[in-house]
Amino acid sequence: MMKYNLTHLKELESEAIYVIREVFAQFEKPGILFSGGKDSIVVTHLARKAFWPAKIPFPLVHIDTGHNFPETIEFRNNLAEKIGAELIAPSVQDSIDKGRVKEETGKDASRNWLQITTLLDAIEEYQFDALMGGARRDEEKARAKERFFSHRDDFGQWDPKNQRPELWNIYNGKKSFGEHFRVFPISNWTEMDVWQYILAENIEIPSLYIAHKRDVIWRNNSWLPMSEYIQLREGEEVNNRQVRFRTLGDITITGGLESDADTIEKIIGEVAAARQTERGNRADDKRSETAMEDRKKEGYF
Amino acid sequence: MGKSYLDMELLRFTTAGSVDDGKSTLIGRLLFDSKSIFEDQLDHVASSSKKRGLEHTDLALLTDGLKDEREQGITIDVAYRYFATPKRKFIIADTPGHIQYTRNMVTGASTANLALILIDARKGIVEQTCRHSFIASLLQIPHIVVCINKMDLVDHSEEAFEKIKADYEDFAAKLEVKDIRFIPISALNGDNVVNKSENMPWYNGATLLNTLETIHIASDYNHIDGRFPVQTVLRPKSDKYHDYRGYAGRIAGGIFKKGDEITVLPSGFTSKVKQIHLMEEEIEEAFAPMSIAMTLEDDIDIGRGDMIVRTGNQPTVSQDVDVMLCWFSPQGPQVRSKYTLFHCSNEVKTMVNNIHYKLDINTLQRNTEFDNISLNDIIKVSLRTTKPIMNDSYRKNRSTGSIILVDESTNETVAAGMVV
Repeated sequence: MMKYNLTHLKELESEAIYVIREVFAQFEKPGILFSGGKDSIVVTHLARKAFWPAKIPFPLVHIDTGHNFPETIEFRNNLAEKIGAELIAPSVQDSIDKGRVKEETGKDASRNWLQITTLLDAIEEYQFDALMGGARRDEEKARAKERFFSHRDDFGQWDPKNQRPELWNIYNGKKSFGEHFRVFPISNWTEMDVWQYILAENIEIPSLYIAHKRDVIWRNNSWLPMSEYIQLREGEEVNNRQVRFRTLGDITITGGLESDADTIEKIIGEVAAARQTERGNRADDKRSETAMEDRKKEGYF
Repeated sequence: MGKSYLDMELLRFTTAGSVDDGKSTLIGRLLFDSKSIFEDQLDHVASSSKKRGLEHTDLALLTDGLKDEREQGITIDVAYRYFATPKRKFIIADTPGHIQYTRNMVTGASTANLALILIDARKGIVEQTCRHSFIASLLQIPHIVVCINKMDLVDHSEEAFEKIKADYEDFAAKLEVKDIRFIPISALNGDNVVNKSENMPWYNGATLLNTLETIHIASDYNHIDGRFPVQTVLRPKSDKYHDYRGYAGRIAGGIFKKGDEITVLPSGFTSKVKQIHLMEEEIEEAFAPMSIAMTLEDDIDIGRGDMIVRTGNQPTVSQDVDVMLCWFSPQGPQVRSKYTLFHCSNEVKTMVNNIHYKLDINTLQRNTEFDNISLNDIIKVSLRTTKPIMNDSYRKNRSTGSIILVDESTNETVAAGMVV
């Protein structure tokens, strides 16, 4: 009987494709939340697999903070063009200009929280009733409690204590007008699974994940990329180091690590040996013990 | 490592337990020994424990991620944890064990191949042990591993172990679980968790990790009864695939091969499997639980909610189904209550025709007289649906034998059901 047994990657792939097809079948206006990071790239790849030979039936929705890595934007544009998907990029700068949100000030200011308003406004404007994301349960303790189909009320809020139970592979996408769902097809994947899948499927990823030379400064225990948005603080200096990024967020909050992993195989070796969590270099998670839960309740990814 | 990693199987198991039975310690040890806990996570947990005035590092804080859980020191929800060894990849659905969380236990059990049940060697079988075991049986988890924990506190006594084992076997005679194993462990000291215990030379069986790594799970899926619920139809209408009409779905049972004679339900039209695709890749055969796209030799009207089955082996097609329901809402059902029923890719209206009995989850007693039905109750009912559903008994197939009920006004999932 060994023959009729799926490997764990194939089983996870099959589960994710099933979930993505459910989204298409149960909702009227679904989209993929595309950050340009490896997880949303994998979700997009799975969506292509789910509907082949038809085109991917979802737009890519990228919340553009204006504080992007240039590499991310280039990658995003190329991918959307290659797969023929519509690209929707609501801008945080627009939200600021319209007075919907106020730019944070102070030394650790970022646009991380501001994205929430931009995202929720976009959901209303485009009438999205389901947005798929690449969040995984192994990433972070609040995300460990997420459902595959995660309900959001008409304020876009998540109520972690009153989540619908999710049994077998039956997903209840029923909702009232104005409410929507966030859906996480790769909930059960680990960082390692994602990398192994990228390798097995030969999926293209932004060069930022691969070791490269870059101007960086040492801040909060990681190498923060130098950019026009960063102001040097006392005692800080710009170094040119060989780094790579384990996760990708805004250029202002994503720390890199020194690495010579210049192939996917080497990255997998690094992930296997890692003693720090993937999001350990994310300033956005460090604001408080429950920073992720607090943001998610408000409508964050 | 690359090659072997790609060949690994996935084992999903569920645990349930209370604060003091050593479950967190055991899971912590499995994660720690398989290097699935990271240094910064441990640092966080250590500093959170300290902040709470605890003397030891409380590993439960690793996944009790919600603010309320951390503040109250309890697990409210199902927590999923992940670890891997060179042999297998594991997903743990860790659920709170108190009776008020039956719904979480049922949720965790619904996708598990194995249930891990912890018994405190000093206390023996308690109400909670029975409840967990019964849920495992009700949800047809194929394997139960009973860990008799805290053996260090009973002098690693073989007698104590054998006594509890015999008691459990007595009780388990009422259950429907094919495979039950017993392991004497000390989660705190690590005896028989990853390494064989030197304190219990009388135990010749496998350690817990070894059991998890080697237990045979390939046959846990139904590979006999061909069932393919259609999720959606793929019609690219591009030049290259102008006439392509693919039926997309995840195989819920059995094996489908090119050329197989199939019947479409409920219409009853027959045809043959023409092609099976997974993206560009064309495959000769596909089996549960693969997500695929299938084309047929004939043009038939097929849509979401239909089921493609092997002609020689068909499920029950009926508007009347008897199910065991786990009730998830404070507001219980009454005869003639109406709900939306989800089954495979089908969504139909249903009405409760009859409520036969309420089950006492601790004694397995069937009570035909009961006052009301509420959260966490388990009942047997007869349902009438507006359209036929293509079902098998849950015992035969966990996919085609399971349903959920949704309240039409709140949209909440109010019950999970297993076709009797």
